[in-house]
Amino acid sequence: MNKNNSVFKSQAQGNLKKRHRVSKIWRNSFFLSTTIGIFSLVILLFSIINQAFGYVIVENKVDPASLSSIPLKSLEREELISILQENLSKNRFKTIQRDNPVEELKRSELVGLVTSEIIKPTTLKSYFLIPSLTNKAEIIRTQQDEFPNAVVQFRSWISLSFLSDPLSTNPDTTGIRTALIGSLWIIVVTVIIAFPIGIGAAIYLEEYSSNNWLSRIIKTNIDNLAGIPSIVYGLLGLAIFVRGLNLITSGAFIGIDQSNGRTILSAALTMSLLILPLIIINAQEAIRAVPSSLRQASYGLGATRLQTIWYHVLPAAMPGILTGTILAVSRAIGETAPLILVGASSFINKDPSGLFSNFTVLPIQIYNWTTRPQAEFRNVAAASILVLLIVLLTLNTAAILLRNHFSKNKAA
Amino acid sequence: MQIAKNPLLNKLRKKPRIGENLIQAVLLICGIISVLTTIGIVFELGKESLLFFKMPGVTLKGFLTGTSWQPAIGEFGILPLLTSTLITTFFAMLIALPLGLGAAIFLSEYASPKARKTLKPALEVLAGIPTVVYGYFALTVMTPFLRLLFGSDTVQIYNMLSAGLVMGIMILPLVSSMSEDALHAVPRSLREAAFGLGATHFETAVKVVVPAALSGIIAAFIIGISRAVGETMIVAIAAGSGSAFTFNPFKAAETMTGYIARISGGDVAYDTPEYNSIFAIGMFLFLITLTLNLVSRRIAARFREVYE
Repeated sequence: MNKNNSVFKSQAQGNLKKRHRVSKIWRNSFFLSTTIGIFSLVILLFSIINQAFGYVIVENKVDPASLSSIPLKSLEREELISILQENLSKNRFKTIQRDNPVEELKRSELVGLVTSEIIKPTTLKSYFLIPSLTNKAEIIRTQQDEFPNAVVQFRSWISLSFLSDPLSTNPDTTGIRTALIGSLWIIVVTVIIAFPIGIGAAIYLEEYSSNNWLSRIIKTNIDNLAGIPSIVYGLLGLAIFVRGLNLITSGAFIGIDQSNGRTILSAALTMSLLILPLIIINAQEAIRAVPSSLRQASYGLGATRLQTIWYHVLPAAMPGILTGTILAVSRAIGETAPLILVGASSFINKDPSGLFSNFTVLPIQIYNWTTRPQAEFRNVAAASILVLLIVLLTLNTAAILLRNHFSKNKAA
Repeated sequence: MQIAKNPLLNKLRKKPRIGENLIQAVLLICGIISVLTTIGIVFELGKESLLFFKMPGVTLKGFLTGTSWQPAIGEFGILPLLTSTLITTFFAMLIALPLGLGAAIFLSEYASPKARKTLKPALEVLAGIPTVVYGYFALTVMTPFLRLLFGSDTVQIYNMLSAGLVMGIMILPLVSSMSEDALHAVPRSLREAAFGLGATHFETAVKVVVPAALSGIIAAFIIGISRAVGETMIVAIAAGSGSAFTFNPFKAAETMTGYIARISGGDVAYDTPEYNSIFAIGMFLFLITLTLNLVSRRIAARFREVYE
């Protein structure tokens, strides 16, 4: 008996060791799968930063030293204007004068004008951040061997002028202002359309509807809409807003001469349909989280249903609704595919000025630049991605802060 | 009877409130807009698809079984686009399913609350990155890496493998967060019973908790597949343009979504074969993803283990 027991014990323990070993191995592999996800995030961010900064070999058409003995940036406005007058053909200067009179320009803008009109720097070769840091000697040697007239500069592809300059077809001088303004227009109009409708639908579903066939259909439908690929919304937008409602979306009905419906209005309407299910689902959750004692107290005091909702339910649910809306908006900012279909054109350099303007947005530019063969466009794309990610990060942080702020208030 | 005659009480009687009813109607319309969206999608896609199938030389059979997609010469067989969609989806799932489930098990079963608090948001950041950024990542990082690994003769600059793998990274957080929710919903008592019987941590997780949450996990897998099938920007950037009927993941081949994006990227003229064809493909895509989503919902609802 005693002997049997000890055999059993040793067997069990032998087995136990193996089982614990297996357990440990799997624990590590589960941990590994989590870290692979986070590792890819790090690689992704790193590769973007790697491409947004680095040395460039630049050749100037005119040597800045030949224009003036001191650096351009420390010149006075009058001196810059006289440089422009001396070095440009009369016609060219007239054209510039007509578009934006030089006398009204700031000094920094004049420097930009001198650079783009006279010096005309061209990037011959660009390097990533890592080779720039580790292999500077090699870069300088390449420049001396292959491009003796050029200079090596460290360039941050993301800069203030990158944010404030309009789009152009030259990667050296292009900015993203046109795309940023386009994105802003679309987001604002989208929110104006989708926010009230989304909240309205959520209120109906949570506060009014009984469990009848209509509300069941609406609920199932919203869940399914959230799972439809965004490109299908693009097809819908193309067929209905761009083509079907051409008369309205092109602005022709109020006499705007615009040949097609590929406008900010069409894009915003499409985006509204895309984020509507997200806003509704989030708002529903926020409204559901409002304790029913609040409603009953309000009813008990004789308030009508509408008064209860307006004065008690909505204010209590608003932080949750806003958080959900911000998240939906950040989805809309990064969305690309539907806007390709409703006709964002990547070749415009005029800022959109209203609902019926043609437009481009930041993700469309990133797509367009990524698919170009020249290496410099990759740098520009990386810089734009950085801008996009910073915007999204800010929005998400705002959403989290908002949520924390209000949940703290509630607790107090 | 007496009460009704009292004029004071009559004043307090419930009055019909026109404003309230009006508002309710407006709110109902807000809800109905979402239904109209679905009807709009089905109607528009259906209408244009019908026009597509009415074109001379296009038949439903040819569309579903043809192995060449060349709209310029009137060949409309969806198989090349479909196979490349399935191949990229396959590689995406090869990454997203095991790693997503592994991450979910780690976060729900192993991680300390503190570790969970840092790791989970980090994965959620991954889910918030726009897909066009993933496309850029696929083309500028994943593809050069694959070409280094397998040789640049075998791996083309645009290839399905790179797009698929990056798509897997994109879908990973979705699968892991949905699976984790399912694992989290399994009551503690089940785990404690398993521990009490002497099961190791791993045995508890895999033999008790995962089976109990299986419906939710499978639902997450199917949603992941549906996401991969409908994903556009990654494949449009990294998988190549121009359809090709190939099963070699190192080669370039356009997917269904990639084709739609490329054709609509230029100024496509209305009522041309190309214009109608993107709607037919869109309809096909819509049906696939809708079916997957419905199946996922069914599984989650039907096989859910309910614990009291």
